Amino acid sequence: MQDNLKSTSYQQLEQKSKYTNMFLRWFLYFILIVFASYFIFPLYVMVVTSLKTMEEIRQGTLLSWPSGLNLESWAVAWGGRGYGAGDTFLRPYFWNSIKMVVPAVFFSTFIGAMTGYVLTKWRFKGDQWVFLFLLFGCFIPFQAILLPMARTLGVLGISNSVVGLVLVHTVYGIPFTTLFFRNYYISVPTELVKAARIDGAGFFKIFFKILLPISAPIIVVTVIWQFTQIWNDFLFGSTFSFGEAAPIQVALNNMVLSSTSVKEYNVDMASAIIAGIPTLIVYVLAGKYFIRGLTSGAVKG
Amino acid sequence: MKTLKIEELSKNFGSTEVLKKINLEIDEGNFLVLLGPSGCGKSTLLNIIAGLETINEGDVFIDDYNVSKVEPKDRNIAMVFQSYALYPSMNVKENMIFGLKQAKTSKEKIEEQLEKVSKFLQVDQLLERKPSQLSGGQRQRVAIGRALVREPRIFLFDEPLSNLDAKLRVEMRREIKKLHQQLKTTVVYVTHDQTEAMSLGTNIAIMNHGVIQQNDTPEKIYNKPSNTFVADFIGSPSMNLIKGNLKENSGDLFFTVSGSNLEIPIKDYDFKDKSNLNNKKVFFGIRPEHIFFKKFNESDFEINLRADLSEYIGHEQIMTFDYANQELLAKFPSTIKIDLGKDTKLYFDLTQASLFDAQTEKRI
Repeated sequence: MQDNLKSTSYQQLEQKSKYTNMFLRWFLYFILIVFASYFIFPLYVMVVTSLKTMEEIRQGTLLSWPSGLNLESWAVAWGGRGYGAGDTFLRPYFWNSIKMVVPAVFFSTFIGAMTGYVLTKWRFKGDQWVFLFLLFGCFIPFQAILLPMARTLGVLGISNSVVGLVLVHTVYGIPFTTLFFRNYYISVPTELVKAARIDGAGFFKIFFKILLPISAPIIVVTVIWQFTQIWNDFLFGSTFSFGEAAPIQVALNNMVLSSTSVKEYNVDMASAIIAGIPTLIVYVLAGKYFIRGLTSGAVKG
Repeated sequence: MKTLKIEELSKNFGSTEVLKKINLEIDEGNFLVLLGPSGCGKSTLLNIIAGLETINEGDVFIDDYNVSKVEPKDRNIAMVFQSYALYPSMNVKENMIFGLKQAKTSKEKIEEQLEKVSKFLQVDQLLERKPSQLSGGQRQRVAIGRALVREPRIFLFDEPLSNLDAKLRVEMRREIKKLHQQLKTTVVYVTHDQTEAMSLGTNIAIMNHGVIQQNDTPEKIYNKPSNTFVADFIGSPSMNLIKGNLKENSGDLFFTVSGSNLEIPIKDYDFKDKSNLNNKKVFFGIRPEHIFFKKFNESDFEINLRADLSEYIGHEQIMTFDYANQELLAKFPSTIKIDLGKDTKLYFDLTQASLFDAQTEKRI
């Protein structure tokens, strides 16, 4: 009798928890779907709009499907309409950005790796202070250094040039890249360096032969971070360059804002997507390592 | 000529004194173990011998040559690390010959050394593998191999077994012992494990707070500890140290504890200095394994003590007895049945007993 009572009440409890779980699960899906659409919606609008003609845009709604695969606005965004003055298009600025981002990413990553290596494996008196000051660099608002930087670039004779932007981005990337590499190398056993020293390897040999070959994950993280930062930068680009030396983000802004007659939404959307594609490619190619590099760190063996 | 000599060596990190006036000598072919609790400075001492740490005072000599300011690579030493420190990006072969390559050794010589050592350590099948593809024991062997190919004057080992599991540790310990027997190279070996130290060393230097407490053969360390720290550190469970006094009674010396009528005769004890012994405050030291449940030797001293606690650990049991309100541990085979709370007849092997001055804690 007693047992019977018990088993029924357990059955009831089991049923109850089953329903609760089911409800919570559907609630979770609902929330996830809401947020996912919230993020996907703007992208959808961008892509769809860029494929429409101006006629379609005026007549249709924001969400309506384009009539066909109309790539004309893309061609205009990339290469212009072909008539002289006032025709802004992205191609030259895209290459400006590439010329800026590649050396800037390379130098800032390399220097960050070096400083990270020194700060963890060749400790010296006051190294914590050096690290602290570098870290401080991460928190300085960039607006605060615009004027002194402009002056410096002027003195060096590289204002309004891609070289100048490379320098600015390298310098302001170093705090972050150092932080990344320091945190990675701190988990690499110092015994490796000791062993190499006994084996007769010097400062640079240890760095290039032993530490750099195991740094792939953190290099990927740093490259993605720096690439995104520098490619998407607008502040430095618009302050330290104008006209032909401007990077793509500045050009995009000029293009969208300086349209004289009608707002060409389709061209604007296509331009924005073009400006965003390189970061997307970097993420897709290296994203797997990005996650791995962020979460791992310890080098075993 | 001493293979390694350390003279008046001191080292401090900031205001912390890590090593205080260390003096140490090793003869050719000896196996010196630096043993001590963590933070006693043993690893720092090893790093100083290797040249990886600077010296504040004193000198290090290798083959009578002062190497205090010589780079690690030029000291003719090789080191095996706790984490093995194999270069993760290189395969076994590259790991082993890295040092030789740095030293610009000829190709033929490198190949010859590599073949000899890898055969010797049975890693010749693993040469193309990366360290991450090796088991703990294999990594250990490769790390030793990397040290071996350089044919050093002195081998330095920094707790090389503490990363292995218990079973493998015992195996590798025997391999290191065999290796030393075959190669007869001078070794300095750091560990905190007394079993390792005892089984491997021809000499053990026990360190505490940056000072060498005793540097002796394993037998001397075990049988005649020079102070209470060494007595307490070596042995498991460690030596019983009973606080009491020496009393002279009609020409014979006894060990007594105040407020108790228990007396232990110590007339046969080998004192360093026989003067002023009467009424001296001392620790009477006897190891748990030198207390028996029946008379083995004619000289064994019989005593009645109350059993308080029994710890069964399989092959043996550790019994706690009450000696004038102080705990006394004894180790018996687990087959012996002893009733708790009752007086039990015990036999002390007094030839193995030690006496320490209660003030200086030094052996008397």
